[in-house]
Amino acid sequence: MNDGSFFSPPVLSIEGLSIALPDGADRAHAVDRFNLTLRPGEITCLVGESGSGKSMVARSILGLLPPRVRITAGALRFGATDIAQANEAQLRAIRGLEIGMVFQEPMTALNPLHRVGHQVDEVLRLHTDLSRRARRERVVQLLADVNLPDPERLYRAYPHQLSGGQRQRVVIAMALAMRPKLLIADEPTTALDVTTQAQILAQLRELQRDRDMSVLFITHDFGVVAEIADRVAVLQRGQLVEEGRRDDVLRNPSHAYTRSLLAAVPRLRVPSRPANTPGVQILEACNLKKTYARRGFRGRATMALDDVSVLLRRGETLGLVGESGSGKSTLARVLTCLAPADSGDVLLDGEQLAYLTRRQLRPYRKRVQMVFQDPYASLDPRQSVGDIIAEGPMIHGASRAAAKARVTELLELVGLSAAAAARYPHEFSGGQRQRIGIARALALEPEVLVADEPVSALDVSVQAQVLKLLADIKHKLDLSMLFVTHDLRVALQVCDRIAVMRAGRIVEIGDAAAIHAAPSHPYTRELFAAVPGAMWEQSHAAEPVV
Amino acid sequence: MKAAFTRFARNRLALLGAIILLLVLAMASAAPALYPAGAFALAGPPLQPPGDRFLLGTDTLGRDVAAGIVYGARTSLMIGVSATLAAVLLGVLFGAVAGYYRGRLDVALMRVTELFQTIPSFILAILLVAILSPSVNSEILAIAIVSWPGIARLARGEFASLGGREFVLACAGLGAGDGRIVFRHLLPNCASPLIAVGSLLVASVILFESGLSFLGLGDPNLMSWGLMISAGREVLRSAWWICTFPGLAILATVLAINLVGDGLNEALNPRLRDR
Repeated sequence: MNDGSFFSPPVLSIEGLSIALPDGADRAHAVDRFNLTLRPGEITCLVGESGSGKSMVARSILGLLPPRVRITAGALRFGATDIAQANEAQLRAIRGLEIGMVFQEPMTALNPLHRVGHQVDEVLRLHTDLSRRARRERVVQLLADVNLPDPERLYRAYPHQLSGGQRQRVVIAMALAMRPKLLIADEPTTALDVTTQAQILAQLRELQRDRDMSVLFITHDFGVVAEIADRVAVLQRGQLVEEGRRDDVLRNPSHAYTRSLLAAVPRLRVPSRPANTPGVQILEACNLKKTYARRGFRGRATMALDDVSVLLRRGETLGLVGESGSGKSTLARVLTCLAPADSGDVLLDGEQLAYLTRRQLRPYRKRVQMVFQDPYASLDPRQSVGDIIAEGPMIHGASRAAAKARVTELLELVGLSAAAAARYPHEFSGGQRQRIGIARALALEPEVLVADEPVSALDVSVQAQVLKLLADIKHKLDLSMLFVTHDLRVALQVCDRIAVMRAGRIVEIGDAAAIHAAPSHPYTRELFAAVPGAMWEQSHAAEPVV
Repeated sequence: MKAAFTRFARNRLALLGAIILLLVLAMASAAPALYPAGAFALAGPPLQPPGDRFLLGTDTLGRDVAAGIVYGARTSLMIGVSATLAAVLLGVLFGAVAGYYRGRLDVALMRVTELFQTIPSFILAILLVAILSPSVNSEILAIAIVSWPGIARLARGEFASLGGREFVLACAGLGAGDGRIVFRHLLPNCASPLIAVGSLLVASVILFESGLSFLGLGDPNLMSWGLMISAGREVLRSAWWICTFPGLAILATVLAINLVGDGLNEALNPRLRDR
C-alpha cells in the first residue's frame, strides 16, 4: 500500500448506505447503514458469505440494482456526484467511463454473437469520438495489456473460441478501456480454475498499480483476499462487522465473525492424523477410456479418460484433484456406473461391473453410493426429504415402515432433526441439503462413498462442518471414500492419498503428506503454487493465523 | 403449491376468470333442473324476442335460446375438458419418451410431431370428423389429434432438461428403473408448465368444437353453441338474439379460461413475474 494515498481524497465514499429488499425476502435490508471508503491506488476486498449483501453493494455503485430493490438511505459520493441520487443519464456517463465493472461469469458477460474486438470497441464508441482506426489501435493495445496472446487475431475471434480465462481477460480489457478511476470486480475469478485464477489475480494487481486505480474486489475466498487485498471489509448479513488493513484483519481479526470465518478456511497443510493401515483394494479402475464425441461441426472429440487405472483401498480416502475438464468427475461417474466407459473395466471387490446391464447392476449399486456437487440440483424439489432418503431402501425391497425408521436414524446421523423428514428441499440451506444428500447415499449402507465436489458450492463455514461430518461418518461406518475436488486445501484436509488428474490422465498419485512436501510432477507444483493465499500464508508461516 | 395458490388468488384478472368459469360450470350442472324439457324441446312460438316469457327469446323453430345456452355449456365444457385431457395424455407420452430416451427415437418422434404441426389443424379436424361420422367421440378424437403436438414439444423440452439434472442421476445411482424415474421424479417436476399450457388448451378446444358444430359436424343429439349460431345466422338481421347470446357465451367462457390459464402460468412459474 502506498501510504500517501491515505491522505488523498477518496475515489468513492459510501456513507450510511441502506438497500431495501422486496417484501417476502429473508430480511428487510440487503445492507444496512453501510460505510466504506475507497481510496486511489488501493484494492479493497469486500468479503462475505452468500446472502451477505456484498453483490448488492457492487450493483448499487453502478446504479444497476435488480427490480424492486431500492436504496432507502445513505449516499454514494463519487467525486461531485451522489450516485444514490443520480438519474439514468448521469449514471450512463459514469458507467464504463469512470467506473468499470467485471462480473463473475465470463461465459455470459460477453455477447456470443459479436466479435471480441467489436465488443471492446463498443465502449470506446460510446464514450469517445475517436476515428475507427484509432479505436482499433486502442482495442488491440488493450487486449495486449491484459496479456492476451496474438491480440490482432483475437480481435476477430468470437467469445466461444476463447477459454474461460481469456474471456475474463477480455472483460477486464473492456472494463479498463476508458481508464476508469474505480474498478468493481464481483467474484471475477470464482468461476475459473486455480491456475487461471492465479494469473488473473496477478494481472489485476499489475494493471491496478500501473494505473493507480481504486478497486473494489468482491469475494468469498480468504485465500484470494490474502493474495490481492490492501484493505479488507467483512460483511455479515448486511452489516459491516470489520474493516481494516489486510494483515491486521487476517492476523488479528477483532470481530468474532471474522475469526470464525478465518478458522473455517482450510489451510494448505496436512493435518496430523493417525496413520492408516492400508487395507486391501475395494474399488479399482482398470485402463478406463472414455471419449466425448465432438460437438458441433468443427468441434474436436475430448478424451475425458485416457487409460486411467487407479485403486481405492478399504478404509482410506482417496482424493481426486484436478481442474475443470481434467476428467475427474467423469471418472467418479464411471466408477459409480452412472456413465459408461468406452473400454476398460471397473472392479468392485474383484467383480467386473462396467458391462453389466442395469438389472444385473442393481445389487452392486447399494455398495457404491455417490454424493453430488450441487445441493440444489441433486434433490428432487417435489419430494419430501423423508421420501428422498427412503427411496433407496424401498427400491431395494425394504418395507415402507422399515424405510421410515431408517430415515429417522439417518437424519440424526447427519445432524438434522427427525422433523426434517416431512419438509421439502427448498426449506433447507445449502449445507443442510448437502447433509440430506449424504443421508440419501448412506441409506443403502454402502461400502464406498464417492463424493463429487461435495463442498465446493458451500460457504467456508458450512464447508468445514460438512467436511467434518463426512470424516466422522467415514470413521463411524468404516467407509472407503473417493473424494473429488478442485481445491488442494480441501484435499489435504480430508484425504489419505491424492491423485492429480490432468487432461484425462492421472499425472501423480501418492500420500497426501508426501505430495504436499515434495510434488514430483510439474503440474502438481503449478497447482500448489496457484492455491490462493499460499504465498501469503508461507510468508507469515512464522506467526500462524488464529 | 400453497404459495402458488396465494399467488393465483392475488391476481385479480385470474380471479375474475375463475368466477366466470364457476358460473358457467354451475349453469351447466343445473341445466336439467332449470330446463327439464331439454334444449331441443319446442317451448313456444318461433322468433320471440328476449324479454317477457323467454329470457333470451326463441329461435326459428320456437326453441328456448336460454335452454340452448345452458345445455350448450355442458357440451362445450365436456368436450373441452375431455379432448384436452386426451391431447395432454398423448402429447406427454410422445414428449416424455422422446425427451427421456433422446437419440434416434427422439428424432423420429419429433419428425412425426412436426408433420402434424405442418397440417392446418382445423382442416384436419374437419376431415377426421367427416370420415368418422359426426359424434361426440369422433369430435373429441379429432380435436385431440390436432392439439397434441404443442404439448409433446413442451413435454420433450422439460424432460430433456430435467433428465440431465443431478437428482435424476442420484436416483439412477440408487438403482431405480426408468418407470420410477419418469413417473415419480420427472413428471411431477414438469407438472406446472403442463397444467398451465393445458388449461389454455381448453379454450382453444372449445373454439374448435364450436367451429365444428357450426359446420354441422357436431353431435346431432347434443345442443352446442356453434350449432345455435349456425342455425340462427340466416335470420341474423331480423332476430339478432339467436346468434348473439351463444356468441357471447363462447366469448365469455374462452376469455375466462384464458385468464385462468394465464393466472396459473404466472402462479406456477413465479419467475415470469419479474420479467
